[in-house]
Amino acid sequence: MFLTEYFRTVYKGVRSLLTGMKTTGYYFTHARKEIKTEEYPDNRATLTMFDRFKGEVVMPHDENNEHRCTGCQACEIACPNGTIKIITKQEPQPDGKKKKAIDTFVYHLELCTMCNLCVVACPSDAIKMAQTFEHSVYDKKQLKKVLNKPGSKIMEGVE
Amino acid sequence: MNILLTISFSSIASGIHHWLVSTIPNELLAKSIEMVIVGICLLLFLVPLCFILGYMERKVAGFMQMRYGPNRVGPYGSLQIVADTVKLVMKEGLTPTGSDKFLFNLAPVIMVVTCMLVLAPIAFAKDFQIWDINIGVLYVSAISSLAVIGILMAGWSSYNKYSLLGAMRSGAQIVSYELSVGLSLISIVILTGSLKMSDIVMSQETGWWIIRGHIPVIISFVIFVIASTAEINRAPFDLAEAEQELTAGFHTEYAGMKFAMFLLAEYINLFIVSAIAATLFLGGWMPFHIGHWEAFNHIMDFVPSSLWFLGKTFFIIFIIMQFRWTFPRLRVDQLLTLEWKYLLPISMVNTILVTVMAIMGWHF
Repeated sequence: MFLTEYFRTVYKGVRSLLTGMKTTGYYFTHARKEIKTEEYPDNRATLTMFDRFKGEVVMPHDENNEHRCTGCQACEIACPNGTIKIITKQEPQPDGKKKKAIDTFVYHLELCTMCNLCVVACPSDAIKMAQTFEHSVYDKKQLKKVLNKPGSKIMEGVE
Repeated sequence: MNILLTISFSSIASGIHHWLVSTIPNELLAKSIEMVIVGICLLLFLVPLCFILGYMERKVAGFMQMRYGPNRVGPYGSLQIVADTVKLVMKEGLTPTGSDKFLFNLAPVIMVVTCMLVLAPIAFAKDFQIWDINIGVLYVSAISSLAVIGILMAGWSSYNKYSLLGAMRSGAQIVSYELSVGLSLISIVILTGSLKMSDIVMSQETGWWIIRGHIPVIISFVIFVIASTAEINRAPFDLAEAEQELTAGFHTEYAGMKFAMFLLAEYINLFIVSAIAATLFLGGWMPFHIGHWEAFNHIMDFVPSSLWFLGKTFFIIFIIMQFRWTFPRLRVDQLLTLEWKYLLPISMVNTILVTVMAIMGWHF
């Protein structure tokens, strides 16, 4: 009984080790196909990031220089570390009433942890995560970004 | 071409010997000069060998882990190891305060010297052997166990708990695995009836022992490769170094050229172990011969014997490297369990099998 158990242990051990060697041997012989390394600075032109990669918060504008941000400040409240600061203004409407709109959407990239909470919180899909990641600069001030483009206004029909 | 083929290493060596003896009247001086020449030749062989092994290890590791390995310095990263050597040379060889300075500086020298000593009886090619001593296998197993002195010395003199732990572990490890290595070497000695390296190689003229000795010799070959991987402290048996737990084990405190000497010793040991496995089990420099098929054997003889030797050696080096990048590391108790409960009993039974086989003539 003891001996069969003993030899079964040896057999199982040797077999699992050989399975491992088969796997690494496959990787070694099929290196050209199996290598997963992205040689980053060299393949910058062809580099594609995967979907869930979050690089920075951006505000998409359409061709008429219009965005979807209503200035509701939901993102500013949702942000756990004060990355977003929205300055609003009262914009006169054609009918004489005034309506709240954004003046500047300040985004501090240096504080952002890419947690995605602002994008989730936004009721009108005004901001999203971009896949750019080459953010390094020499001056910290350059990381403070204004997301709405100069002269832009809110898209028609977004409340 | 004909002349080139007939010049063998032994004739060159005896030519140099006669020339030295005739030009230098003092025989002792002539012999010392010969020894120096042999030493320089060894160094000229070993340093490029270590470069190649270092590069090979990184590339093998890279490919097995789906990476490229070094590929920036030189074509395909082949000059990476040169850059690393330059770095190690430029570094300060620090001796820590509180360490035993004499032993601390002696330890790397002892490591390199012991593994260079083991190279003496290895047959690199036909008639290409530094010292064909008649107890070659015994000499190899005796001297290679001296390496533990260097490790213990390094660990003890470093005045560092990690070094000491690593050194003590390697003491237990090498003492244990020495037994299995010895028993698997003995199985070939039983079959050959000689401890002399050249006799062992010549006995495989009609086929390598791993083919002629079939199952028992294959078992002892596997045990030899496993146990000698443990003896040279390579992963998965790298408990003496144990990067994960002990920073770098016995050579934690070493830097610069002293560290480079440990690295050199590690790679020379890897080469030696593979060379011995190749000599004993795979026929050393002997080409692939099958029984008495004269024509086939003659074709095989056209490949130079040094290529056969290096090919077999590098094959085993590759296998040991693959071990390193495949197998999970063992704990100390698992390490000793593997040796005392599995390898040693199996190799003892295997020795009996080989003896019976040798007596009854059951091998080819």
